[in-house]
Amino acid sequence: MITIYIDNKPYQVKPGQNLLQACLSLGFDLPYFCWHPALHAVGACRQCAVKQFKDERDTRGRIVMSCMTPVAEGMRISVDDAEAKAFRKGVIEWLMLNHPHDCPVCDEGGECHLQDMTVMTGHNERRTRFKKRTHRNQYLGPFINHEMNRCIQCYRCVRYYRDYAGGRDLNVFSAHDHVYFGRHEDGVLDSEFSGNLVEICPTGVFTDKTLKQHYARKWDLQTAPSICVHCGLGCNTIAGERYGTLRRIMNRYHHDVNGYFLCDRGRFGYEFVNSGKRIKQPMLSPSLSPSPQGRDASTSSPLAGEDRGEGDLQPFDKESVLGHVTGILSNSKGIIGIGSPRASLESNFALRSLVGPGNFYSGMSEPDHRLISLIIDIHQKGPARSPSLRDVRMADAIVVLGEDLTNTAPLLALSLRQAVRGREFEAAAKLNIPEWHDAGVRNAGRGARNPLFIATPAQTRLDDIAIKTCHAAPDDIARLGFAIAHELDPSAPAVRGLTEGTSSLAKEIAHSLKDAKRPLVIAGTSLFNEQIVQAAANIAAALCAGSTDAALCYTVPECNSMGLGIIGGRNLDEAFTVMDDGLADTVVILENDLYRRADAGKINAFLDRAKHVIVLDHISTRTALRADIVLPAGTFAESNGTLVNNEGRAQRFYQAFVPQGDIQGGWKWIHAIMVAAGRTTADAMQSLDSVTATMADAFPVLAPVKDIAPPADFRIKGSKVPRQPHRYSGRTSMHADVSVNEGKPREDADSPLAFSMEGSEEQPPAPLIARYWSPGWSSVQALNKYQQEVGGELRDNGSGKRLVQPDQHGKPAYFTADPAKASHAMDAAIVPAYQIFGSDELSNYSPAIEERAKAKKP
Amino acid sequence: MFSLLNTIWTVLKTTFRKRATIQYPEERPHIPPRWRGRIILSRDAHGQERCVACNLCAAACPVDCISLQAAEDRQGRRYPSFFRINFSRCIFCGYCEEACPTYAIQLTTDFEMGEYVRQNMVYEKEDLLISGPGKYPGYDFYQEAGLAVGGKDKGTGPNEEPPVDVKSLMP
Ligand code: SF4
Ligand code: SF4
Ligand code: SF4
Ligand code: SF4
Ligand code: FES
Repeated sequence: MITIYIDNKPYQVKPGQNLLQACLSLGFDLPYFCWHPALHAVGACRQCAVKQFKDERDTRGRIVMSCMTPVAEGMRISVDDAEAKAFRKGVIEWLMLNHPHDCPVCDEGGECHLQDMTVMTGHNERRTRFKKRTHRNQYLGPFINHEMNRCIQCYRCVRYYRDYAGGRDLNVFSAHDHVYFGRHEDGVLDSEFSGNLVEICPTGVFTDKTLKQHYARKWDLQTAPSICVHCGLGCNTIAGERYGTLRRIMNRYHHDVNGYFLCDRGRFGYEFVNSGKRIKQPMLSPSLSPSPQGRDASTSSPLAGEDRGEGDLQPFDKESVLGHVTGILSNSKGIIGIGSPRASLESNFALRSLVGPGNFYSGMSEPDHRLISLIIDIHQKGPARSPSLRDVRMADAIVVLGEDLTNTAPLLALSLRQAVRGREFEAAAKLNIPEWHDAGVRNAGRGARNPLFIATPAQTRLDDIAIKTCHAAPDDIARLGFAIAHELDPSAPAVRGLTEGTSSLAKEIAHSLKDAKRPLVIAGTSLFNEQIVQAAANIAAALCAGSTDAALCYTVPECNSMGLGIIGGRNLDEAFTVMDDGLADTVVILENDLYRRADAGKINAFLDRAKHVIVLDHISTRTALRADIVLPAGTFAESNGTLVNNEGRAQRFYQAFVPQGDIQGGWKWIHAIMVAAGRTTADAMQSLDSVTATMADAFPVLAPVKDIAPPADFRIKGSKVPRQPHRYSGRTSMHADVSVNEGKPREDADSPLAFSMEGSEEQPPAPLIARYWSPGWSSVQALNKYQQEVGGELRDNGSGKRLVQPDQHGKPAYFTADPAKASHAMDAAIVPAYQIFGSDELSNYSPAIEERAKAKKP
Repeated sequence: MFSLLNTIWTVLKTTFRKRATIQYPEERPHIPPRWRGRIILSRDAHGQERCVACNLCAAACPVDCISLQAAEDRQGRRYPSFFRINFSRCIFCGYCEEACPTYAIQLTTDFEMGEYVRQNMVYEKEDLLISGPGKYPGYDFYQEAGLAVGGKDKGTGPNEEPPVDVKSLMP
């Protein structure tokens, strides 16, 4: 720590940062535009001016850009200096010369960094009499809206899009005050990470086009901390609701996971929650209840009217449907409970408790189930650790086996783009250029890259940053992996019959990994190839044997694949066998479309043989159409629960709003069934806290789940944490069309969050942060105030806990390369190809994702 | 003694003064034009809805009795797809009018809003929208905003330069 003097007061700050970082971390309200904690400083906007003095006798001082000035021991500066203030106000005034007068129709309004900075500097009167510059806008695809008039030329967008995310089709054109930020012509933005422009751009040039379809101001959104459900990485998000529909997803900062960014599938895939295909009421097939009693005919549902052979499902009231369910369960010969990797830990566990551990099936296909179990096993045995995305960003030599990361684990791909830049930072450090000096680092580094090797069946979007790529069949990729491990540690099993090319590539990769301080091996389940998973484990084990701190990262297909793998149970194919053997006649399916997991023929036969099929889901899948009873489950935005991501980190998502009608979380439905059936164990499923406690008893490895977030009775100074911002408008009017009497807000017994604007304004613990706001900071940049230091961890750190911790001192045990495969060379093989827009089940129900998936590839 | 006489004098003086109480409803009171009565939504000179659904009135409302939803028509013009004021909560403070950047929402001189059923105090957009510009004729937000919207192209507003030619490097 060093001491600097700000306005003659001494402060302790960390060395190595710039003045702007230091001032913001100390809580000063210093305006800025072009600096961003993830993009660093270029000194383009001149907004962050402060005055620096030579020593205590210097009274004149000189104006410096704080973001371009390193902190130094004994340094004296002034933020409050009149001249510096006038300078900052002047900069805003220049920016405002051409800024349009359209905040009322600007989607950024109310969360605009430019508005905040304008107020902060005190520029509140327009003096110029001249006309304003205008620009034509572009069509940029279904995700991003473009309104170029609002640009203040901070260059953040291109620095993010090109330098950070590796995009090519967004750039800056023209000259002087005509500079234009956009594409060379109208067209869909090509990057899979374009949505982050919404948060990066400090003005309303780039805004969320899906939000625009159902716009609500930030102050009107009821928000809750959430977790992305569209891949296995578990990025942290903020889900925002208004008038009963989900309006948008924003990034929720997690220092170790997603940092400041999300991928476009995660940001724009949310609209399945509002889909017309949602299941909204409990439903029965007519075969179960021919009498129209209890029938709720006033409403239609997406399931009604579909051709089901035996007639349509009809909406019924909750009680009579629960009565049917308990009747079926108590009279059945045998029950099969099918869980789901897209349902929460709690829901899966509740189902397991309902049907009994012996009757619980994971709902994953045999290969998926086997691979996930294998991965968990490898992670538990160690010795390699499973890295967070932050660890990935720090890796200095990487080998990717078989995964097209941009499409199977998007943010991992974005993280690798940062990892390979490590060399540039090293080169800069040698020249004493600090890492926040973006242009300096790039000049010093001259594009030097950490070694990244990619072996995949086809080309990937990361090939441009790899130093070597190798396109091969899955088995050959596995053989390459085994060969690398053998190169690293001769005691690791060798592969026979390698081609010259493969073995020299293996040598080269082994060499790079060995030289690295933080080597990283990435593989996954996407090719359904056990050998690749094992080969990756061998490489990591071999590196650990050579006493390097190797990281081993596996991607998994769905948001809770790992959690479900921990709960275990048997796989889906075994359920088919049990049904075939006539050992069961009733199936309860939790949030799972079986038709995505096996042959339609097999599923049809399975469901045909079942006397009763009960489906709990939120969207009317093909499986739901075959059910006798359907219960409407809540999506991630309408329920509370826990998901375990690919690294084994359990993270809590919270309900953002109260859904209409009988919709409730899967585990709540199961609790209701247990109560209706008079089960004595029902109490254990009553609240989120009791489910997690029961779960901890049943699975010691899941015990930390209890502590990943504060319990439901957590209070700050006696109050709950409000989901609604303190300027939430329309409370006495929004429901007045139905009834002018305002009802009491719905209680939330499961979490410390409240469906209300009343509550503590203090910063809650990290897992409960529902939005970023601070006086004078309405935009996402208010996040600075929530961090221990800007760009660092959140103040009350501890969002999520690792469930699987490797035994780092464990002896490496090697998998043997399958010799049968070793001499085998195939002429042709069919391998799955994944699409970031299209391969995920739920995001496909979002119109914007559908449109993007159809857009032509460049 | 003096105070007593003074009181009698004051009483007599006011007895013969013109009466302030009027026989409402037979007699109509004078209402000053800036009276804060029933709220309306106005239209611009071209008969288009002025409200651009910016939500500022709703945010300014101390009793939160305004709610609305923004929508956009095919020409890019924003409008409220619904706009509701719960007058049983409204305190006629006029903050909404003050907050409105388009002169859309205005308080009028009408105060005769009594109802027997409270539910009838909930006004929807159909009940609020009038056919004229109300107190402020002439102002058209979209002429000032710089956007291309509904027939108005970029650069055609009174305070706008023609759109930048990105391909030109001329100063
Ligand atoms: S970018 Fe900000 S300041 Fe500019 S119009 Fe939008 S809200 Fe207003
Ligand atoms: S478009 Fe936004 S991010 Fe890009 S230069 Fe303009 S204001 Fe900055
Ligand atoms: S990378 Fe995965 S978890 Fe993260 S935002 Fe994208 S889909 Fe969601
Ligand atoms: S402030 Fe004016 S323009 Fe904005 S929503 Fe209210 S009435 Fe409409
Ligand atoms: S933030 Fe320092 S110059 Fe832009």
